[in-house]
Amino acid sequence: MEHTTRTINSLRVEHITKRFPGVLACDDISLSIGKGEVLALVGENGAGKTTLMNVLMGLYHPDEGKIFINDEEVHFKSPNDAFACGIGMVHQQYMLVPNMTVLENIALGYKQAWKGLKLDLALVRRQVKDVIGKYGLTVDPDAYIWQLSVGEQQRVELVKTLCLGARFLILDEPTSALTPQETDELIVLLKRMAGELSIIFISHKLQEVKDLSSKVAILRHGKVVFQGTTSDHSSSDIAALMTGHEVVLPHNTGEACCLGPMLQLKNLKARSDRGFLALDDLSLYVCKGEIVGLAGVSGNGQRELAEVINGLRHVESGQILFDGQDIANFTPAQVIDAGMGYIPEERNTEGIVPSFSMKENFILKDSTSSQFNRHAFLNNKEIDRNANELREKFDIRSPNIEVAAGSLSGGNIQKVILAREISRNPKFLIAVYPTRGLDMGAAEFIHKQLLQKRNEGVGILLISEELDEITNLSDQVAVIFKGKIQKVLPSSKASRRRLGILMAGVKDDEEI
Amino acid sequence: MTFILNFLSLGIPFSVALLIASLGEMFNQRAGIFNLGCEGIMAMGAFLGMLIPYSIGRGADVPGIYNYLGLLVATGVGALLGLFFAMVVVTFRAPQGIAGIGLQMFGVGTAGTLFRHFVGGTQSIPGINRAPIPFLADIPVLGPLFFNHNPLVYVAFFLVPIAWYVLFKTPWGLRVRAVGTHPRAADSIGIQVNKVRFQALALGGALAGLAGAYLSLCQAKMFSDEIIAGRGFIAVALVYFGHWNPVKIMGGALLFSLAQALQLAIQGLGIDFPYEFLVMLPYVLVILVLTLSRKAQHMGPTALGKPFNREMRT
Repeated sequence: MEHTTRTINSLRVEHITKRFPGVLACDDISLSIGKGEVLALVGENGAGKTTLMNVLMGLYHPDEGKIFINDEEVHFKSPNDAFACGIGMVHQQYMLVPNMTVLENIALGYKQAWKGLKLDLALVRRQVKDVIGKYGLTVDPDAYIWQLSVGEQQRVELVKTLCLGARFLILDEPTSALTPQETDELIVLLKRMAGELSIIFISHKLQEVKDLSSKVAILRHGKVVFQGTTSDHSSSDIAALMTGHEVVLPHNTGEACCLGPMLQLKNLKARSDRGFLALDDLSLYVCKGEIVGLAGVSGNGQRELAEVINGLRHVESGQILFDGQDIANFTPAQVIDAGMGYIPEERNTEGIVPSFSMKENFILKDSTSSQFNRHAFLNNKEIDRNANELREKFDIRSPNIEVAAGSLSGGNIQKVILAREISRNPKFLIAVYPTRGLDMGAAEFIHKQLLQKRNEGVGILLISEELDEITNLSDQVAVIFKGKIQKVLPSSKASRRRLGILMAGVKDDEEI
Repeated sequence: MTFILNFLSLGIPFSVALLIASLGEMFNQRAGIFNLGCEGIMAMGAFLGMLIPYSIGRGADVPGIYNYLGLLVATGVGALLGLFFAMVVVTFRAPQGIAGIGLQMFGVGTAGTLFRHFVGGTQSIPGINRAPIPFLADIPVLGPLFFNHNPLVYVAFFLVPIAWYVLFKTPWGLRVRAVGTHPRAADSIGIQVNKVRFQALALGGALAGLAGAYLSLCQAKMFSDEIIAGRGFIAVALVYFGHWNPVKIMGGALLFSLAQALQLAIQGLGIDFPYEFLVMLPYVLVILVLTLSRKAQHMGPTALGKPFNREMRT
């Protein structure tokens, strides 16, 4: 296209409206961004941010509205048209083909390298080297995507987008899957890049919004409710505008008191999927009415620990004493019957059956209980009553109780899981990354529920990467590193800095 | 020694129909479409491949040319059936397994019906004969093993490096692999997912048609309803077996065909052993190898069997 070489001095969208069956995702949205600006697009899940960006990329066609570049109207029929104008997007779920190398992934969009029967990877390699050198990104061009960590994949996405000639970057929740360290690195990198590029980034982490953006636009229910200069507004102002009410993430204010151990892990050993010792002589205990936060960089055994306790992974040696009984290598059903509640890491694949309705997902663990079951038939009246009650109590936003659980937003899916687990009155709860990817409103709700359960005397093991979440909620903070517990600290002594040092594997932290 | 030589030189041509069909199926699956209708396309190919020389080639001045015309027509109709299948499963997003079984029944049934209408009963044709390669065919041991075959045998084995090159070294192959593994990613950088899938299915169908014609024109030199005998399904299995890699697929096709040839050769020895067990041998072997072999991780087309819909929210 003839736009290719022109710089983007301004980009404006006017009155964009996009409907999906039953949902008005974008409702008359107008925005504008100038050269060198960083616009933060914030809003809760389902506010329409991603849809709007997909419209900008030509992936969705808007039902109404116009897009202008340098005050000239453009029509994007496909992503190719958007690329031709210099717009590039890093999607929230990375758009990389796992069984191809970094170079091949970039070549897929780099049409100059398509020479008839020959794929000119040397040309792609030169282009990648240029971009890497210019922005100081580190990427191994010959690695397969599946071999890379999430942070590395994100850098590949950035390199790819820049190689394809983007001068206007759209980043959809770029930090949602990153560890705290990777997040910091990304922010530094984006700040450097903002000098030459315009950036729109979607986020609901307000710290990043403050750090990075020059302008902020807030979306709620598909509408722009606020636009302004970031530095003029505090994080809590933005949070209030985003959710429509004041957000105060709850803190654990209760007295730490051990009412006797509920879950005791003794010298646990278990292997990961790849066969190495993911849990290596791990010991930890959690009392009744206590939240123990397990902090650590992901991949240090958190997933395996949760699976081992819930009977989903084989224990090689060691004991799991639950209310005095050793439940190591119990089947999942036996663990559930012993009174364990579990909020798993992968909410869409482990927490729910996406194609089942919401009400069916509520009774997944109780389909044979006498409450929902009469003479081997499902008791639909009771199932409906239960579902309506939970939907109301947990403020799950869905058209009705019959909708497929998989069609709900992330926050609502998490509420469905939480409702199911809590309503079963467990003696203990294991929550793995319970608010990952959720907006503030949903996170606030889930935190409140967890604290309430704690106050009712339920022990909770909270596995998280968000240090704020851990320090806000926990009585004790345990740090996991390479399958071992580094240290257990009372929450009051767990500063960010101290936790960061422990998470990096440094053991003796007393003097620091 | 002659026993071994005999069964090896018998096994190699046996593998050709499987090899060509499974290379085609490999392109289908690499693009994310799993075509169980391969058997049906092969049946149509076998019938058309035989019909052309039988009906218009008879009594012609140079009857040999019509054999090759038969191959060409079989390949072309195979490609059309592949496109038809693409329309059903790509455009209309019909479930691939069911549509594939439909295509299989359609192909086998149509071929049989047309055969009875135009040909009637079993008729043998001269077909395409062996073409020993001058000089090379005279080398002891290696000559009869590798250089004294039907021309299509050479073509089939030559297709292996070509398929490998196309899949891994050309821009088109790159697109095929991308749309079969992560169509959304391909779409997000401007690849037309469905177009690539149509192309891959046309190629896969063409190769299945050619494989079928090989059976009637080169191997059996006749057509019958059972001529394909499940080879289309075995081709589908071989693609999994070979982890979507042409070289490994060739290995699988050879393993199966050599086992087939071995059991025939053993039967020929006249040992007192229930032959039913021998007939089972190749199938049991493939099941065993499939069970015991390492599963492909990370390398396969993970979007296999899933229709692509851009505006479907996941």
